[in-house]
Amino acid sequence: MFVSLREKEESTTSTQAAQPTQEYAIETRNLNIYYGDFLAVQDVNLQIQKQKITAIIGPSGCGKSTLLRAFNRMNDFVNGARVEGEVLMHGVNLYGKDIDPVEVRRRIGMVFQKPNPFPKSIYENIAWGARINGYKGNMDDLVEQALRAAALWNEVKDKLKRNAYELSGGQQQRLCIARAIAVRPEIILMDEPASSLDPISTLRIEELMQELKKNYTIIIVTHNMQQAARVSDYTAMMMLDSETRAGTVIEFNDTKTIFTRPRDKRTEDYVTGRFG
Amino acid sequence: MELEVKSVAPPTTFRLMNLQKKMRFKEQAIEGVLFLVGVLTIFITLSIVFVLGNEALLFFEDPEVTLAEFLGSTKWAPAIGEFGIWALVSATLTTSVIALAVAVPLGLSAAIYLSEYASLRVRSILKPILEILAGIPTVVYGYFALMFVTPLLRSVVGNQIGVYNMLSAGLVMGIMILPLMSSMSEDALNAVPNSLREAAYALGSTRFEAALQVVVPAAFSGIGAAIIVGVSRAVGETMIVAIASGATSKFTFNPLEAAETMTAHIARISGGDLSYNSIDYNSLFAIALMLFLVTLVLNLLSQWIVKRFREQYE
Repeated sequence: MFVSLREKEESTTSTQAAQPTQEYAIETRNLNIYYGDFLAVQDVNLQIQKQKITAIIGPSGCGKSTLLRAFNRMNDFVNGARVEGEVLMHGVNLYGKDIDPVEVRRRIGMVFQKPNPFPKSIYENIAWGARINGYKGNMDDLVEQALRAAALWNEVKDKLKRNAYELSGGQQQRLCIARAIAVRPEIILMDEPASSLDPISTLRIEELMQELKKNYTIIIVTHNMQQAARVSDYTAMMMLDSETRAGTVIEFNDTKTIFTRPRDKRTEDYVTGRFG
Repeated sequence: MELEVKSVAPPTTFRLMNLQKKMRFKEQAIEGVLFLVGVLTIFITLSIVFVLGNEALLFFEDPEVTLAEFLGSTKWAPAIGEFGIWALVSATLTTSVIALAVAVPLGLSAAIYLSEYASLRVRSILKPILEILAGIPTVVYGYFALMFVTPLLRSVVGNQIGVYNMLSAGLVMGIMILPLMSSMSEDALNAVPNSLREAAYALGSTRFEAALQVVVPAAFSGIGAAIIVGVSRAVGETMIVAIASGATSKFTFNPLEAAETMTAHIARISGGDLSYNSIDYNSLFAIALMLFLVTLVLNLLSQWIVKRFREQYE
């Protein structure tokens, strides 16, 4: 039995209307993520603003992707992964006992590092997700809207029946974004969405993100500091804790502050390229 | 003697470079051997087909039989000079269809469970057990069909089922093919990149939707290969049908009846003392050729279906 997020949202609104959690798209409280006994991410407290782009940066292996995948419970598929603490969306803990992870993922979409379209037609790539989520409206319209929103429509409108693998890498990634949009999530997670793309495709994805944030909250993990500085409104800096060797957020602020006047010396070293 | 490496920097004093072509005899010898082995397998296959064709030709040259009768008649009774292959083909097709109707859905379901649902621990226990089924000799399966499945069917359906019947043989043949089907399908499902599953889950799909609508279509060429092998096993299986489906050739597609398949017939007749070059003896080669053709056609059909419906990922 799961309680729909929307029902829960209404009930919390009526009883705890004064709660400030309502302002955030998603919020973590004392979040620890384990793989078996190994503490991978420790004590993360983030408040992600609605309709903004929040970047998570930090060196390799510091748990950026692990944290990102905790937001839509993708870590459920990793053997032995478990979570302590809370991830709150509309005041509902996404790790609560009565929460259906399938419903969570339907509201929090994800774009992966490597474009991973289904080996189906371009049209079907977008229609599939909508269909399994019970979309009953005009599918042609939805496919067109999603492709337009992902700035891909003009390039593919004449070959919707062709296999998605015929597209270039950058087009495939935009198709994956269109596919995520078509289920109409509130939040889109992006795990280094441009790291396998050439600079021009990367630029197009970044422009697209600026367009998308008018309607969606975006959380992006990136290795590329220039990219974080260019696209994001807020930045979370992650690093391994020197004692526990678990990744943690050492500084979280608006992007400008992080890149110009960071409070933490380690952040300053990292963003100025003097790390290590 | 210990080799002391002082430096991996390029040598500072270059001797005159020798870039001239060298003869590498070992390389060439290995290439030659591999080529011969490859040719040999093709040669063996071709010679089998040649021998089959040649002997079958003797059969058709016999004044007692014509190709038209062979392919047109539905009565097979060598004792009275009736050689209609369809009596044997019908039994082969019936038992094979029953076997595949058991093995394909069950094997695929087992494969989907093992690949998409089972935890690593469950899988490491279940898969070997399933593969043990493949190690049971087919003669045991044959007696299992005759002594256990047939009485069971008779107690359920009634005595309109004979002691020998194609249903029992087909069902047990399906159980025999099952581990092969599930093991090969599981390999195919396992080979589908995890990124496709993640893509499906991230869109809010359940495990079942992801498995059936994303993973299975992507693994379809491998699953098709499993079905092709299963078809060949079913058509070529001899012992189970020889024991459990009867020794009377009869043109029928009714699974409750007894009928002799092509393979069972070959096994039975060639076990007796047939005189060389008699028409009975030669008819075996004609049946074998037909068996070869049936398998070939079914293989081509399966391949066409796979090509038509598979979803290719890079």
